[in-house]
Amino acid sequence: MSDSKLGLDFKKVEGARKMAGDIAGQVQRFVENYTTVAVERTLCRLMGIDGVDSDGIPLPNLLVDKLKEKGILGDGVLYFLGNAIYPGGKSPQQIAEDISRGTYDFSHHQTLPSSDAGEVLRPLIEQSVSRIRAKRLTREQSIEKLGEGSRPYLYVIVATGNIYEDAVQAQAAARQGADIIAVIRTTGQSLLDYVPYGATTEGFGGTFATQENFRIMRKALDQVGEEIGRYIRLCNYCSGLCMPEIAVMGAFEGLDVMLNDALYGILFRDINMQRTLIDQYFSRMINGFAGVIINTGEDNYLTTADAYEEAHTVLASDFINEQLALIAGIPEEQMGLGHAFEMDPDLENAFLYELAQAQMIREIFPRAPLKYMPPTKFMTGNIFRGHIQDALFNLAGIWTGQGIQLLGMPTEAIHTPFMSDRYLSIENARYIFTSFRNIGQEVEFKKDGMIRKRAAEVLNKAYDLLEKVKEEGLFTALEKGYFANVRRSRQGGKGLDGVTRKSSLYLNPYIELFKVNR
Amino acid sequence: MIMSGGLYSTEVQDFDKALDLTKVKPYGDTMNDGKVQLSFTLPVPEGPEAIQAAKQLLRSMGMDNPQVVFSRQLTPGFTFFNCYGNLQHTVNFSTIHVPKVESQVMDMCQVDEYIKEHIGRKLVMVGASTGTDAHTVGIDAIMNMKGYAGHYGLERYEMIEAHNLGSQVANEELIARAIELKADAVLVSQTVTQKDIHITNLSELIEMAEAEGIRDRMLLVCGGPRISHELAKELGYDAGFGVNTYACDVASFVAQEYVKRKMKT
Repeated sequence: MSDSKLGLDFKKVEGARKMAGDIAGQVQRFVENYTTVAVERTLCRLMGIDGVDSDGIPLPNLLVDKLKEKGILGDGVLYFLGNAIYPGGKSPQQIAEDISRGTYDFSHHQTLPSSDAGEVLRPLIEQSVSRIRAKRLTREQSIEKLGEGSRPYLYVIVATGNIYEDAVQAQAAARQGADIIAVIRTTGQSLLDYVPYGATTEGFGGTFATQENFRIMRKALDQVGEEIGRYIRLCNYCSGLCMPEIAVMGAFEGLDVMLNDALYGILFRDINMQRTLIDQYFSRMINGFAGVIINTGEDNYLTTADAYEEAHTVLASDFINEQLALIAGIPEEQMGLGHAFEMDPDLENAFLYELAQAQMIREIFPRAPLKYMPPTKFMTGNIFRGHIQDALFNLAGIWTGQGIQLLGMPTEAIHTPFMSDRYLSIENARYIFTSFRNIGQEVEFKKDGMIRKRAAEVLNKAYDLLEKVKEEGLFTALEKGYFANVRRSRQGGKGLDGVTRKSSLYLNPYIELFKVNR
Repeated sequence: MIMSGGLYSTEVQDFDKALDLTKVKPYGDTMNDGKVQLSFTLPVPEGPEAIQAAKQLLRSMGMDNPQVVFSRQLTPGFTFFNCYGNLQHTVNFSTIHVPKVESQVMDMCQVDEYIKEHIGRKLVMVGASTGTDAHTVGIDAIMNMKGYAGHYGLERYEMIEAHNLGSQVANEELIARAIELKADAVLVSQTVTQKDIHITNLSELIEMAEAEGIRDRMLLVCGGPRISHELAKELGYDAGFGVNTYACDVASFVAQEYVKRKMKT
């Protein structure tokens, strides 16, 4: 960028980006040799397997667990399904149902060469790819027809625990001006190694991500979008132990935005790092192909670590997330890289530092629809001051041209938002965005001033950190607690037993299809 | 009756303006004026009927001169109100008794000195955010080296061996670790809660500790935005720490309570 307002050293930026590319490359060499139960369940869903058995266990889980039990998970579920449907002409769904009833006989399992198994499945694979492509087209047409809000998009959450109540709240928020509705998941869903089935009417702290809930909310937003003449985006969470599975459900149901960080589960949910890094790859391939904007979770670093001292870890992680996303085929225009406005309000000139950092991230990732997170750590229950903190956050957002403004609520730290909280927050953002619309084009930052110096300092420190991570590898960096001051061990955390090395028979044609077949 | 406040109040103020602690009322700008501000949403369409409904509610709450100073339909069928009123109710402040953590709050250095002098070894504290609560912000604020709002966390205390188990820790696991690490105190954090799940969760830990026979061997302390000392005591904890309490509050309590109990036995 030639017209940097910060006088950033773009040679340094390119150096940092290259190192992040090397780090991501190291990770990818590991990832490619492995699969996980979540990836295999995702393939089941792509094959049209859905529903639950009489005990409420999702059929994809049932099938994949059976393969794991038989010790053939490394061959992959597609190899198994190709063989299983070949002789009898049954559908994958019927095979899964046979397994759930105990009537499928594994001893008659065929042993086709893997290329033949792939050939058998080809029509089903093409069908699923077309299904996702069609949803993507529907979105593009709706946006063309209805139009969309201007950036930064106003992003609000709903979190009632009842999807039908969520729909009412979401429609209200859209009428008030929200552009993106995120349905917060039930507390603890990230640690479930399955995706619940059906509509949710009672959740804790949020509403389960299920395919049915996605469908209900998509319909509600389409309805209100028609009414107000603006396309409303739907956001959910591809994080936890079911990253790719939720990605494919979202792709089938027309979700637009997904939280989808490569490291978040490792750091904040203590999910095993090998598991998450394998899962993130396939989940991002799906999101990339489905035209979904991913949001990364760097903002969370600053809830555990200090926002002033650890700002460079956010930038370094954004670089790594960017490179991992590129490997998975996500274009820059779909990368909602994360950062946050989390400095201690008592810090003198805190706003200037926030502004410097927000502008820096903007200039370093010029095409990304950056996701900007509001203050949470220093929200105290004083709703009146909280509203002002959010106003300053909104000012930094419009000034630096952020992509997605995750609106802060005055009642942060008290309860999940009331309908009126959302109204007040949207009113706050709209007032400030209108008042300051073009300030970014009008104001430049003084040479050798505090703002330029701060940006340079954060970039330098991020560069040094990436150098260290590159040398030691991402796994070691996570073990040493370089990000968010959280240390995780390579063999520790949840979900490692769901990781398997691919055998020579392993089959997943989607990886190529999603890359080339946009 | 005056329906809107205006810049200057022209209300007749024919009430007693002396402070009486047996009959305390909310204070706006005159003693005993009873001024209260309130906002809420009613699931009704906007209009004069909605405003009337809001005022009637204010009256039912015991407010004279109910005023709706702002109303706005949030979405069809839901109207938001900002209101003021003069509360009729009073409270007898002179008879109120609230149980408090009865320890003297010391800073980090004082706590370290106190432990050195009175205990002579490091105190072991094991902390976690339990149940499905994924939020580490509370336990981190108390335990992490850096602490919160200028108060260093327990990890920085020379005389405290702090173990932060993080979030979503099952009660069983917390107890197992506390036994394994020979904890002097267990610290439980509950940040986000819905439908009072934190109460169930906190009670379960006490029951388990009793079943394991370790209840008397360690101090059990809980904390979080919805926790008060009173609630904690009710649930069977030794202390509870709510908003605006920090690592030094917890450390001071544990050190002094430890000494107090050792002296008794």
